[in-house]
Amino acid sequence: MSATSAATRTELPAAREGKPFKRRIGLGTWLLPAYVTIAFVFLLIPIVYTFIFSFNDSLKSNIVWRGFTFDNWLGICNQVEVCIAFGNSLLVGGTATLIATTLGTMIAIALVRYRFRFRSGISLLLFLPMATPEVVLAAGLAAEFLTAGVQKGLITIILAHTMFCLSFVVVTVKARVTTLDPALEEAGRDLYGSPTQVFWRVTFPLLLPGIVAAAMLSFALSFDDFIITYFNAGIVQTFPTYVYISAARGIPAQANVIASAVFIFAIAIVLIAQITNASRRKRLGLN
Amino acid sequence: MAFTAFSTGTAKEQAPRRKSKIALLLLLPGILYLLLFFLVPLVALIATSLQEPVPFGDFGQYQTAFRWQNYVEVITTYGDQIIRSFTYALLATIFALLFSYPIAYFIGVKCRQWPLLQNLLLVLVIAPFFISFLLRTLAWKSILADESFIVTGLKALSLMAPDAHFTGTPAAVVFGLTYNFIPFMTLPIYAALERLDTRLLEAGRDLYAKPATSFFKITVPLSMAGIVSGVLLTFIPAAGDYINASSRFLGGSSTSMIGNVIESNFLVSLNYPAAAALSIILMSIILVLVTAYVKRSGTEDLL
Amino acid sequence: MAAASGFAESGADLDLVGIQKRFPGFTAIEHLDLTIPAGSFFALLGPSGCGKTTTLRLVAGLEDPTTGQVLIGGKDVTKLRPFERPVNTVFQSYALFPHMTVLENVAFGLRRRKIADPIDKAHEALRLVELDHLATRKPQQLSGGQQQRVALARALVNRPALLLLDEPLGALDLKLRRQMQIELKSIQESVGLTFLHVTHDQEEAMTMADTVAVMNKGRIEQMGAPEVLYELPRTAFVANFLGQSNLFTGPVAGTTADAISVDVAGVKVVVPKSRAARHTGTVTIGVRPEKLALHTEKPATDASTNALGPGRVIDVSFTGVSTQYLVDIPGVGNVTVFTQNMGFGPTAHEGAEVWVSWHVEHGFGLEDDPDAEPRFSPDADTQMLAVQTKNELQSELEAEEA
Repeated sequence: MSATSAATRTELPAAREGKPFKRRIGLGTWLLPAYVTIAFVFLLIPIVYTFIFSFNDSLKSNIVWRGFTFDNWLGICNQVEVCIAFGNSLLVGGTATLIATTLGTMIAIALVRYRFRFRSGISLLLFLPMATPEVVLAAGLAAEFLTAGVQKGLITIILAHTMFCLSFVVVTVKARVTTLDPALEEAGRDLYGSPTQVFWRVTFPLLLPGIVAAAMLSFALSFDDFIITYFNAGIVQTFPTYVYISAARGIPAQANVIASAVFIFAIAIVLIAQITNASRRKRLGLN
Repeated sequence: MAFTAFSTGTAKEQAPRRKSKIALLLLLPGILYLLLFFLVPLVALIATSLQEPVPFGDFGQYQTAFRWQNYVEVITTYGDQIIRSFTYALLATIFALLFSYPIAYFIGVKCRQWPLLQNLLLVLVIAPFFISFLLRTLAWKSILADESFIVTGLKALSLMAPDAHFTGTPAAVVFGLTYNFIPFMTLPIYAALERLDTRLLEAGRDLYAKPATSFFKITVPLSMAGIVSGVLLTFIPAAGDYINASSRFLGGSSTSMIGNVIESNFLVSLNYPAAAALSIILMSIILVLVTAYVKRSGTEDLL
Repeated sequence: MAAASGFAESGADLDLVGIQKRFPGFTAIEHLDLTIPAGSFFALLGPSGCGKTTTLRLVAGLEDPTTGQVLIGGKDVTKLRPFERPVNTVFQSYALFPHMTVLENVAFGLRRRKIADPIDKAHEALRLVELDHLATRKPQQLSGGQQQRVALARALVNRPALLLLDEPLGALDLKLRRQMQIELKSIQESVGLTFLHVTHDQEEAMTMADTVAVMNKGRIEQMGAPEVLYELPRTAFVANFLGQSNLFTGPVAGTTADAISVDVAGVKVVVPKSRAARHTGTVTIGVRPEKLALHTEKPATDASTNALGPGRVIDVSFTGVSTQYLVDIPGVGNVTVFTQNMGFGPTAHEGAEVWVSWHVEHGFGLEDDPDAEPRFSPDADTQMLAVQTKNELQSELEAEEA
């Protein structure tokens, strides 16, 4: 650097050596992760227990560990009642999901996109089933079927399940419709699409993730429901009511097998969805 | 997701809604369904709650009447169970909130840089959902049974009296309720915290707020919508639950809740008017509490 | 603790000693030594990813340096956490608390430090930014410019020894930005605090600051008063980031007592020694476009004028106040010329043969080694920097393995 230039230039200060800096790691840094780890262990304890006892070489009741066996997994239907109850659960869940998802999606679209009278009344009617304790819904339906003289059975279970799934479908799909840019549909119409074509080629594909999520939620709610089913099942048994009834006299290990299998299946679906979603995002360079 | 069912969420800018006949077509089937299988049952329930026994009739035969004394009778008979239901539900809600908030905070705020970990932890939170509600409660019953190693261990360490039990006690019922509804509490709080702008926390620290002050003055108020949803999603089903309190599961003879007496009246003693009256009472109390709570926490405009 | 001592009477010096900041995958600040005198308005100017925001966050305590110390008023605050430092920030996003009213926002810091009469003082601060009538509103109900002023009041009300401004005007439209620049400057003069302002807008930095430091790739390239930086840039980066420059590279062909002459495509171009950083070897010299004169005939040169040409006008764009010409001179390259529109119409049309000339005193010589540095160092954002560093590290590792 030349001496003549010093007058006109503001010099940077001479380089000084900085000391390495390390902040002491505080209590808060590891306390939260430690707590979360313990909390997750706690959350998973009953699941692990149920899974382990699906391999128990049990007799009538599956409480004491008697040794390891694959028999329960290989012979699920050795306990015919469990198998039938499980089949009923699938049938009820599938049918109720189909009806609730269809009706709920229609309502969700109407709520976001259209003006109509009695909006607040309809919103209340959709909200109340979620704010009502299950036992009240159950008793109400049972009272209605009793008054109308309807024979309880698979039909009444499906009718009941569709009812309580409906509101949850509306909420889930509505969230998706709200984030949908109306300009996309306008673009579809601008590009010579008839209303029907625009719905099936633009709106529906964009809503599909929401609809699928709603259907999965609906099936899960239906599959695990006990209280409403128990009040309205008559002599028909679903998986939860079977477990409830046999809880007094001992539950066969096959019930643990079914619960574990459903658990693994559900977790697998969720994980696969997560992974494909993540890899798609990566491909699109969103992350 | 449904877990935001009770949240307020700011309405996004939407195109003006149209008025059209299509709306009616879209709404009609679903709304009719709800009228037929939600509203009519409620009316049926009210009607049933006022019925009187058929004179000289069979067991379980009732006729239309206006017997309001049914309400007085169930309140005097089942006052304990009604109070117990709300006490247990309140305790379970508080414990679930205290248990869930740190988890939701960890997943929603601390794990933001790792979306994959975030998703994995969320799956773990909802994992208990996927194993049958009844079976996981029964699993706890076995794990906490008198002969289980946890209870025998606690007794050996003199942390528990030698003749004490865990299952069958109110503590076990509250424990079960708490455990079973934790995901309902965690997910909405997570949803709220996930949207929390951490730059606001930096602003708080910059403005002389210690970590604890930042938490209570900024983080908690900004996640209030999630807390409200979580509290409602936990409290409502917990108050009406009768699995955990049932003596086949975690409860005992002295822990029965309003759900248990509705069940036994409806399905065992076939006393439909009493069961219906109890249901109406339960629903009314919950609606009053929910309305008051939502008004107080300043998050209105549900759904 | 400084934070507990209440209001600062005046600004304090900020001293950054040997700061380095590495993030996993890239280095945000290579090496930083900086002293900002008390009461000054100091601007850190640079493209995104140059490390200026990281510098600000280090001063606020929102990041910890890898090495180095932060001193405020001569006191080492490196170990202090943000809420213990006598520093407040006006955030780029404003970060106004959405669940509090404007007044509660402004009183927040005062309440945390248990200062007496927080409400009165908050009202006073809101009056300073002329928003007291909106004190009961929520931030979402205010316009962008109003939110910006609330953020300023919320920071100023604490009378910090040092006020940090992180691109505080970035979200405002041009007109409002001009107005706020003037307001900010006058507020700083009236309160007498030290302001450290981070921006990528060179005009903003030059309008407001007493001293501007230009940052690039985690280092300060040059620092000084705005006029000095503009008239005498020391690196190609500064020459082009702060306004535009015409740069020429060539060997030093001759030296006199007070000037060097550089061979640019066969033409001798003279630069005063006092305005050139290097006097030997191959050097890069430059001149600002508005210092150039355009001639349609070969100009007569003397000892006080440099001239290049002939070249051809390849583009003319009229911008109102001035006209910009792009002239292609064979062997030299494209030269940009700005001329004031004193008369009507352009002095030369596209395709015309022209010469350019400038006063010797207007030229400058850069410090950069032309071989090491390209003619114009490309703007690198944070992500690019991270990727570059990662690739370099990877190739190093591979080389080691091989």
